[in-house]
Amino acid sequence: MRHTLVAMVEDKPGVLNRMVSLFRRRRYNIESLAVGHSERPGISRMTLVVTGDDRVIDQVKKQLEKLVNVIEVVDVTGRAAVIRELALIRVKAPPARRGEITQIVDLFRARVVDVDHNSLMIEVTGPEEKVNGLITLLEPFGVEEVVRTGRVAMVRGAQAKEYKTTVFK
Amino acid sequence: MKLTGAEILWESLVREGVEVAFGVPGGAVIHITDALPRYPVRFVLTRHEQGAAHAADGYARATGKVGVCLATSGPGATNLVTGLATAYMDSVPLVAITGQVPTPVIGTDAFQETDITGSTLPVTKHNYLVTEVGDLAPTIREAFYLARTGRPGPVLVDIAKDVQAAREEFSYPEEVKLPGYREGYPVPEEALRKAAELIQKAQRPLILAGHGVILSGACAELRALAERADIPVATTLLGIGAIPGSHPLSLGMAGMHGTPQANRAIQACDLLFAVGMRFDDRVTGDPKAFAPGAAIVHLDIDPAEIGKNVRVDLPLLGDAKELLSALLPLVEPASRTGWWKEIDPWREEFDWEEPLRDQSHLRPQKVIHAIWQATEGRALVVSDVGQNQMWEAQYYRHERPTLITSGGLGTMGYSLPAAIGAQIGRPEELVWVVTGDGGLQMTVQELATVVQENLPIKIAVINNGYLGMVRQWQELFFSRNYAATPLSGPDFSRLASAYGIPGLTVRRPQEVEGAISRALEHRGPILIDFLVEKEENVFPMVAPGKSLSDMIFPAQARRKG
Repeated sequence: MRHTLVAMVEDKPGVLNRMVSLFRRRRYNIESLAVGHSERPGISRMTLVVTGDDRVIDQVKKQLEKLVNVIEVVDVTGRAAVIRELALIRVKAPPARRGEITQIVDLFRARVVDVDHNSLMIEVTGPEEKVNGLITLLEPFGVEEVVRTGRVAMVRGAQAKEYKTTVFK
Repeated sequence: MKLTGAEILWESLVREGVEVAFGVPGGAVIHITDALPRYPVRFVLTRHEQGAAHAADGYARATGKVGVCLATSGPGATNLVTGLATAYMDSVPLVAITGQVPTPVIGTDAFQETDITGSTLPVTKHNYLVTEVGDLAPTIREAFYLARTGRPGPVLVDIAKDVQAAREEFSYPEEVKLPGYREGYPVPEEALRKAAELIQKAQRPLILAGHGVILSGACAELRALAERADIPVATTLLGIGAIPGSHPLSLGMAGMHGTPQANRAIQACDLLFAVGMRFDDRVTGDPKAFAPGAAIVHLDIDPAEIGKNVRVDLPLLGDAKELLSALLPLVEPASRTGWWKEIDPWREEFDWEEPLRDQSHLRPQKVIHAIWQATEGRALVVSDVGQNQMWEAQYYRHERPTLITSGGLGTMGYSLPAAIGAQIGRPEELVWVVTGDGGLQMTVQELATVVQENLPIKIAVINNGYLGMVRQWQELFFSRNYAATPLSGPDFSRLASAYGIPGLTVRRPQEVEGAISRALEHRGPILIDFLVEKEENVFPMVAPGKSLSDMIFPAQARRKG
């Protein structure tokens, strides 16, 4: 099963290397990893998507937490959370077909962010299924390039408060 | 007054209570060795950096203090890696200091540059690269704190050469700031009550004690619990000595070459209380067939060990000494006559005495047994890896935690350098090395260190002309195809003499006791080369991956052969 883990880590050299090295040597499957600053200076926040049964996920969490620079790992799978991914898609778009494409873009509440003679660059935000859906619909036009950020997640409302206190114990 | 980085390092080490450091100098640590004579630290020059790491490891295991080793950049640092991996697997507190090329050339493939923090990432508890002299003292403080607290382990600090020469005001921090690290856990009162209940209800409970019991200093508490509730105690290899070997509750070592009573008790118990151990495959055999009828209570300080290899019914997270002390008053005295009636016959299942009765062949078991007798079980024994290690575990009965050996990594060549560290840390102890002709040849150059440091170590070479444990597997599981295992070596007693150490050679069982007496009478180091039966096997044995119920005894092995 796919799990979404949120990790709060010290922003120190090599932290990402330590985490990724752990995944490699223990043969955990990592599907995506997104990392950036958190609201706290010196602390980075990572969202990891990992596949495995409950025992594997339990181990992933514990092994990550064993790293000295990792402050906390929370499994947000199954909790009410906002989960998003951002993608940029360059699609072939000769002038004759642009109308069709922008219609699809509007349906997905995506945006055209760059226009060239023969292509459009589209920005889309949402759960992975939405991003996948848009790409599928664009494929017939000729998708030239795709970049995806990987999943980021944040727990909703009241649950978030409880979660935050545990993060910064 | 400003100090150099090198001086800050030594000031910090002295404040951490470091009295001895093991190592080899070099270009990238020359500032550090230059400052050394001004500080009250004994520097032990080993002949190879691997020896320095093992010596620091042996020192740490023998004293309970943090062992320290030093190496230069590049090859010096990479030579430490085996020693760090050994210490990591066995949870030994170590701080390794390495020199790094100067900051401006890091990353340019400079002379003797290697990415040692990258290389040691998976074999250290944590590591650091210091590129600012202001970071040095806080880093050393953290390194020692991490090495000795929680589940102990090795920490490497890589210091760029220009940092060693740079000057900075010295102040040693009192506090460490490690928001992601926990050294301990609150006592789990509720879980302890449950554990006490499980012990109460169990008909056939068993304690399985590991290295954590010894590391935590919990031997007395463990014994008190076992005695109070009349629970038999099996140990892992590194748990040997956690309960006196002669104690009536002791079942000896469990696992691949464990005793029948320990392995059968694991398979028959209804409650397995595992303390400070991590269910290594050499202990469990096939984990799916391990302790099939037992509820498993697992006490360990490392949460990542809970549920890693076997299912755990009740985790007890924390320090063994603290938790066993808290558990003891909750446990009712008990007597388990029925359970002992099952166990006692298992003690007779294997004829341990057979090799000892043999008057016509020099059997390795007899050598170990004779060392045990002659030292009255009181020596600090540092064993190597392989057959010699298993015979030591089987035939030297330890009443205290006086066995030092590489358990998890199984590092051949460990024993001689580790014994150097152990003897330096515990000068009052009688230190014996039990090694093989294969292992000894991996670190034999450390005989020179023994002489230079004037250490009265007694060295027993169990010499069978093979890489014996591999040969045993070839005999039992690969149709005696002895590929790459026959091993030549020097005349070890003459080699010892060349180093300035008296050497004896023993060929017959009748000479064993005399040679050991001579070694004990001799005041300095001495080596005895025991030319033992070449194809002796270690029994009982559980084949790799098989259930602990499937022990192989010599008769079955002969049928297979």
